[in-house]
Parts: sequence; structure tokens; C-alpha cells
Amino acid sequence: MSLFNLFRRGTAPIARERLQILLAHERVARSQPDLLGILREEILAVISRHVAFEPDKVQIKMDRGKSVSTLEVDIEIPNGVTLTLAKAS
Amino acid sequence: MAQVLVVTSGKGGVGKTTSTAALGAALAHDGEKVVVIDFDVGLRNLDLVMGAERRVVFDLINVIHGVAKLHQALIRDKRLENLCLLPASQTRDKDALTEEGVAAVIAELRTKFDWIICDSPAGIERGATLAMRHADAAIIVTNPEVSSVRDSDRIIGLLDSKTAKAERGERVEKHLLITRYHSSRAARGEMLSIDDVLEILSTPLLGIIPESEEVLRASNIGSPVTLCNALSAPARAYFDAARRLKGDKVPMIVPSDNRGIFNKLFGRKAA
Ligand SMILES: Nc1ncnc2c1ncn2[C@@H]1O[C@H](COP(=O)(O)OP(=O)(O)O)[C@@H](O)[C@H]1O
Ligand SMILES: [Mg+2]
Repeated sequence: MSLFNLFRRGTAPIARERLQILLAHERVARSQPDLLGILREEILAVISRHVAFEPDKVQIKMDRGKSVSTLEVDIEIPNGVTLTLAKAS
Repeated sequence: MAQVLVVTSGKGGVGKTTSTAALGAALAHDGEKVVVIDFDVGLRNLDLVMGAERRVVFDLINVIHGVAKLHQALIRDKRLENLCLLPASQTRDKDALTEEGVAAVIAELRTKFDWIICDSPAGIERGATLAMRHADAAIIVTNPEVSSVRDSDRIIGLLDSKTAKAERGERVEKHLLITRYHSSRAARGEMLSIDDVLEILSTPLLGIIPESEEVLRASNIGSPVTLCNALSAPARAYFDAARRLKGDKVPMIVPSDNRGIFNKLFGRKAA
């Protein structure tokens, strides 16, 4: 929202939009057990079967959007090559 | 038949205790037999807001542990004889509240009162789930502000899953009470509007309580705002909400900011 609109309409519309997106996700999350946690564990299990990596060299990011969300798993493997798996849900 | 209400919110400081006292007193003023119960173990405050803090001898935990009989722990209001308070204990042991104990106390209260109003602690832990456990209906207290609305949504989820009614496949009736509403801020788009909150939470509206210094005055002197100054804007809004609880059709009044008009008339000198 532009600065002009912020002055004219206030910040409440932004609050409303953020809440609508957040709650849509939280309601789904409540009805199914920790989807992100399960994905993370299973993805890591699969990879660890093929390559050895250190747990603290794993970065997991979740970005929740209105219609698509992305789960980004970034694992640094010992030979210096970084393997990136991006998955849209 | 007795109605068990839980006044709940998730978030702290939104007005649960204020609303429990105000609605309890409004219902009692209209002739109903009412008991208000403080479930905030360790942080009791309903006694203070009701002006009964110096008369607490026994509390909810004492009754549950068999140290006192229910009638010994109930404190009769000095202003309304059909209004009683069951105080919380100041113990730090949260496990002192047992599931069976709460069930037994509520069952006994159902035989003695028309309305049993449970003031929930903040949070979504044991204290909050026990307060809602036996509710027939819930009053979800929400401020028009992002974190309060989000927490209310979580509480709605718990009401639909963790209550005795939900486990029996029934529904806990839900009422939304919007409190600390600033009409001028909402008009300027600085605060979520009533429509925004209703749309997001899709729960029927019980009332809109304006932000008012009368609430602070009432708590200073230890009186529910509905008894302290029955004609004030928050008291009227609570009286209307109490009548809606009884099933009366009362038109919803969106509080307007009187000071706003004052400011307009007198050139907005007041800060
Ligand atoms: N409508 C209102 N206008 C002004 N202050 C309010 C209003 N409702 C509650 N308060 C104040 O907000 C604070 C928290 O209220 P309280 O009822 O104790 O909340 P909770 O029980 O949800 O933690 C108290 O200081 C109370 O006086
Ligand atoms: Mg409280």
C-alpha cells in the first residue's frame, strides 16, 4: 500500500488482510498435525540415506502466501556443494 | 435450566474479568441468580473487581480438595443478594485444579443458580481449558487488534474440540464481545472495524463495549461497571449484552465517540 493510501485509509486494511491470510493457514494447520514438521523430517530422512550432512548445516524456510506457499530446504553437504530442494504446496 | 458461560479470549488484558463482573451484575440486576467463578488460579482478580477481596475466606481449590463446603466459599455480593462470587486460590500450584473437582463444583452450582459465569485465565493451557470444559456457551472477548483476533480464533478452535459438549458431538454456543472499542480510531482506519472482526471470526456479535475511563473508575472502587455507573456507555453496552444472552432482541448500538463531538464543537483542543 502506498504512503498516500496509508494516510488516507489508515493501517486497518493491512491488519485485516494479514489476519485473513494467517488465519486461513492456522485453521488448516489445526485440523492436520504439523504438516511442516512431517515434511521436514521425511525430507531429511530421505536425503540422509544418500549423503551425510551435519544437522546445523540445514536451513528450512517456510513462506506462506495467499494462494501458494513455499517450503525451502537448504542443506549444505560436506564437499561444499549445496543441494536445494524447493517445493510448492 | 442453568446456563454455564465461559468468558474467554486467549490473550490477556482484553477485558475478560471486567466483562465477567459487568455481565454477572447486569444479569443479577435483572433478577437472575448468578455466580461468577474466578478460574485464574494464582492470579485472582475477580474478587478485586467485584469489591470482595477482603471477604475471601475459602476458594475454589479449597472446595475441590474438600477443605470447605461450596456454600462456605461462595461470597454473596453486598449490593445484589442474588449475585455470588467463587474466588480463585492464590496458590502457585496450577495442578490444584482437577478435572473431576471442577466437574463436581459446576454440577452443584447448576442446582443453585440460573447463570454460572466462568472467568477464564489467559492462555490456552490447563486453566483456560478447564474454565471452558463444562460451558454451554462461550463469550469470546476480543479487542479490535491483530493479536487479540488471532488468539480468539485459536480459542474458537479449542471450544470446538476441547469442551465436554464438543466431545459429545454437540456445539458450544459462541458469542463475540468486542471490548475496548475506540470509535474514532476505527473511523480513521487505525483500528480494525467491527465488520472486519466479524468477517474474520464469523461469530455472532453479543455486544460492543467502548473504551471508557468509567471501567477504570469502577475497578478502582471495586464495583462492576454496570453497578457503579449504570448509565455510562460501557454499562449500557453490558446491560444490552446481558439481555441478548437471555434471548431478548436488543438493537446493536455501535458506540460513538462523544468526546469526538465535543472536540469538534470546541476545536479539538483536548489532546
Ligand atoms: N472497556 C474498557 N475501557 C477501558 N479500560 C478497560 C476496558 N475493559 C477493560 N479495561 C481495562 O483493561 C485492563 C484489563 O482488563 P481485564 O478485565 O483485567 O482483562 P483480562 O481479564 O482479559 O486480563 C484493566 O485495567 C481494565 O480496567
Ligand atoms: Mg482476568
